[in-house]
Amino acid sequence: MFSTAIIVFREVLEAALVVAVVLAATQGLTGRNRWILGGIASGVLGSLVVASLTQQISMAFEGVGQELFNAAILLTAVAMLAWHNIWMSRHARQLVAHLRQVGSNVTSGQLPIYFLATAVGLAVLREGSEVVLFTEGLAAGGSDSLPMLWGALIGLGAGLVLGALIYFGLVRIPTGHLFTVTGWLILLLAAGMAASAAGFLAQAGWLPMQHPLWNSSELLSQHSVPGEILHVLVGYQDRPTAIQLSFYLTTLVLIAFGMHLSRQRAPALGR
Amino acid sequence: MLRIPSAFAIATLLSVGTAQAEIQTVDLAIKDHRFQPEAVTIPAGEKIKLMVHNQDATPEEFESYELNREKIIPGNSKAVIFVGPLAPGEYPFFGEFNQDTAQGRVIAE
Repeated sequence: MFSTAIIVFREVLEAALVVAVVLAATQGLTGRNRWILGGIASGVLGSLVVASLTQQISMAFEGVGQELFNAAILLTAVAMLAWHNIWMSRHARQLVAHLRQVGSNVTSGQLPIYFLATAVGLAVLREGSEVVLFTEGLAAGGSDSLPMLWGALIGLGAGLVLGALIYFGLVRIPTGHLFTVTGWLILLLAAGMAASAAGFLAQAGWLPMQHPLWNSSELLSQHSVPGEILHVLVGYQDRPTAIQLSFYLTTLVLIAFGMHLSRQRAPALGR
Repeated sequence: MLRIPSAFAIATLLSVGTAQAEIQTVDLAIKDHRFQPEAVTIPAGEKIKLMVHNQDATPEEFESYELNREKIIPGNSKAVIFVGPLAPGEYPFFGEFNQDTAQGRVIAE
């Protein structure tokens, strides 16, 4: 039961952290719950579909379909997060001013929230399909599997609770700084996803195999809970390759540059 | 945004595409939540293709921190996992869904 809980907890945690950051980044915006919930629901439905197609996906592209599928999902999420941040750097000041003046009256029309909703859906889809496969396997075990299914439920609950804690921690940040903090978090989250995508492309043989640049697993294992949280939030990896590091840095620099350009074209306040 | 990485990916794909033909295949089975064989010996410094055949009805996730690999293999099906080129040494792997029993290692020599 315990090992089952841990496996489900790990998968759920990754998606829950992405949802927590996105919820914090859209704090105070009307209609955001509907969008984010829509993203989560689509992700859950999608993960059922993906789980049922695992075999077909896996054997596509000469047996590396699963790797390419994961990489494609991650890179699409990176694009969505990038787009959100670039858009935000142009409009953040207006949004904050607006939020301060009239409270939570910024509509989703003023903030194109569907980029973030899509990113949430993709994160849920990727982790969710693994949870679905795993629990299906457990359920196939018949009545012996009941304690293990309870374990899965406990893992799910624990992952959601930790995600909620991170969210409530983030929203304590005052409005003026909240978007700055979540902007940075989304930037690092996206860079980390790009590095993970590079890992899957290497596993597929689409990028060269490389020895890791370093091994810090003794110091902080990526598979411990703190390591896992840092892995999702800032892209920490305990054995990254040079290609993964360059994907990380390239994504970071490109999004930051896009944000910089976009900020320069920001309309003046009080227009 | 993604133009540079994807151009890079395509360039790399073209460069490795020609070398794919000579890759050696090594078979590995999963049965009763155990790997068979539990030790897979491969030549060091060479890229090889692990053909993992999951003979159980339940899915398994092949995972190795040392090899930097993770892949779900549905029940009663096969999956391809490329490994290496590796420096000589032992590289443990395990089945994440049945970690108590599903343990194995790649030995590169």
